[in-house]
Amino acid sequence: MIRFESVSKTYADGTTAVDNLSLTAPTGQITVLVGPSGCGKTTSLRMVNRMITPTSGRITIDGTDTGSLDPAQLRRGIGYVIQQGGLFPHHTVERNIATVPLLLGWDKRRAYARARELLETVGLDAALASRYPAALSGGQQQRVGVARALAADPPVMLMDEPFSAVDPVVRDQLQDEFRRLQAQLGKTILFVTHDIDEAIKLGDQVAVLRVGGRLAQVAPPAELLATPIDDFVAGFVGRDRGYRALGFVAADLPVHSEATVEVGTPIVAADGWVLVVDPERRPLGWIDGARHPGPVTTELLTGGTLAPAGGSLRAALDASLSSPSGRGVVIDDEGRLAGTVTAEEVLRALAHERANAANAAASAIAAASPSGVTSPSAAAP
Amino acid sequence: MTWALDHAGQIADLAWRHVLLAGIPLLLGLVLAIPLGWLAHRVPVLAPVMVVGTGLLYTIPSLALFILMPLMLGTRILDPVNVVVAMTIYTVALLVRTVVDGLRSVPGDVDAAATAMGLGALRRLWQVQLPLAVPVIAAGMRVAAVSNVSIVSIASLIGVAQLGDLLTDGYNRNIPAELITGILATLLLALVFDRAVVGVERLLTPWRAS
Ligand SMILES: Nc1ncnc2c1ncn2[C@@H]1O[C@H](COP(=O)(O)OP(=O)(O)OP(=O)(O)O)[C@@H](O)[C@H]1O
Ligand SMILES: [Mg+2]
Repeated sequence: MIRFESVSKTYADGTTAVDNLSLTAPTGQITVLVGPSGCGKTTSLRMVNRMITPTSGRITIDGTDTGSLDPAQLRRGIGYVIQQGGLFPHHTVERNIATVPLLLGWDKRRAYARARELLETVGLDAALASRYPAALSGGQQQRVGVARALAADPPVMLMDEPFSAVDPVVRDQLQDEFRRLQAQLGKTILFVTHDIDEAIKLGDQVAVLRVGGRLAQVAPPAELLATPIDDFVAGFVGRDRGYRALGFVAADLPVHSEATVEVGTPIVAADGWVLVVDPERRPLGWIDGARHPGPVTTELLTGGTLAPAGGSLRAALDASLSSPSGRGVVIDDEGRLAGTVTAEEVLRALAHERANAANAAASAIAAASPSGVTSPSAAAP
Repeated sequence: MTWALDHAGQIADLAWRHVLLAGIPLLLGLVLAIPLGWLAHRVPVLAPVMVVGTGLLYTIPSLALFILMPLMLGTRILDPVNVVVAMTIYTVALLVRTVVDGLRSVPGDVDAAATAMGLGALRRLWQVQLPLAVPVIAAGMRVAAVSNVSIVSIASLIGVAQLGDLLTDGYNRNIPAELITGILATLLLALVFDRAVVGVERLLTPWRAS
């Protein structure tokens, strides 16, 4: 657990980068610091490992004041992923990853073996081990940066915009992999980004900072989207926050069965859109049955996004809105067709969800009420 | 040509002395300039004073410095140590700025990463900053190397033997072949020094080959 206790930082030139920050990053969770450029995110992060000394306040890790520890020792126990990668250009990939283990006195064989193991963990080919960073793509460099921070298996990690220097597609992929990795490793992570989507995707808890280094709101992502505390946070979270909040509402939707045609066979008696599947009943796309007589080929198909069964309302809504037939395709865990849903059904489910939430809130208030008056909804099952 | 062949042994002897008188100060100067440059880099208020201060040393006329050395060091007039010390001063004068520039050329995020990994100041210098400063320092070393080879020739005037003797002797006794041999040998030596620095730079920067 990392705790900021009334921490402030004013630089020598008078800039106040962080203003009276109190924040707890719980053990085993990802706490994201998000905010516009210059709001003091990097400064906050670097005060944890004492690369920057707070002007006032203190920071503890598992109860120990970091100010009482030797800086170099402290840093070797904290994984750090730097904005822009910051790999050592003159060291090979494996030597980069082995940096902290070697500092901790591991013998070279063990440190390099660990480096190769980590290459695999972050999804890189072991053949890259002996290359220099300049010979890697941006995405590969970022992965090496993460591997380097993980090398000595530190319980605490500080990550400063680790995925910002790559294109959106690679970033998305890195974020997904990072989430899977964290599910296994359960590190205590302080993660900095200026990208609210990244914050919402990765954070167990999101702390929004405003310029001047003041904390605006700390909340789990769903709560941040649902109830931003003020206009600044609402504006920062974005106009489509309502839609994005659906990403946190589980869809428990009944699905319709859907007429399908297997690829390579002709469509029998259909007017309008028909769903094409492969022999395993995995959806391939839609075809306009009236216009394409004869065996179905994959070139003619129009796709839409697929919603996993039991996924979020957002995924279900997106699937139905992106489907040319207006029927969103729902798939099971094996990627096989489970059925379809329409946008109307998703919205009805949402309305139902809202009503439930309102009831739950009302009953919570009623239960907490000292007079003991129970409302009708609280009595309902 | 025949003059050079007839005196090959003497030329080789003078060339070797020249190599030592120019080369040893080059290495000593680098060894001294690194901590001075590092200090200037770490303590920014010191940087202008140190860079300008050491740079000014270069403007002292070499003959004056050679003559002053015995007075300051208590050495004998003809002692080659006078030349070595004087040339080391010139090398430091050129290289302090170079080392500061080299350390400044290290990308900030790389340096910050080294700190964040838990490398102390000395490890950072040795493992990260100096290796990355090699290209800039090597460029300064090439200037210093050629400059040393050239300035050392003046030492003939205070009686310390090296290739410069061919110039003074050739001039005094009016032997053009000796004079030309001296010039060519000095040029060739400067070229060899320059190539040697480039070779060492390549060896130290395998990561830049691509
Ligand atoms: N060494 C310094 N001296 C003076 N001011 C500084 C220093 N470092 C940062 N600042 C200032 O402090 C403020 C916060 O900087 P910081 O780097 O923490 O912001 P950030 O949130 O990480 O921004 P970004 O998203 O651009 O990385 C900025 O106004 C910045 O200009
Ligand atoms: Mg920053």
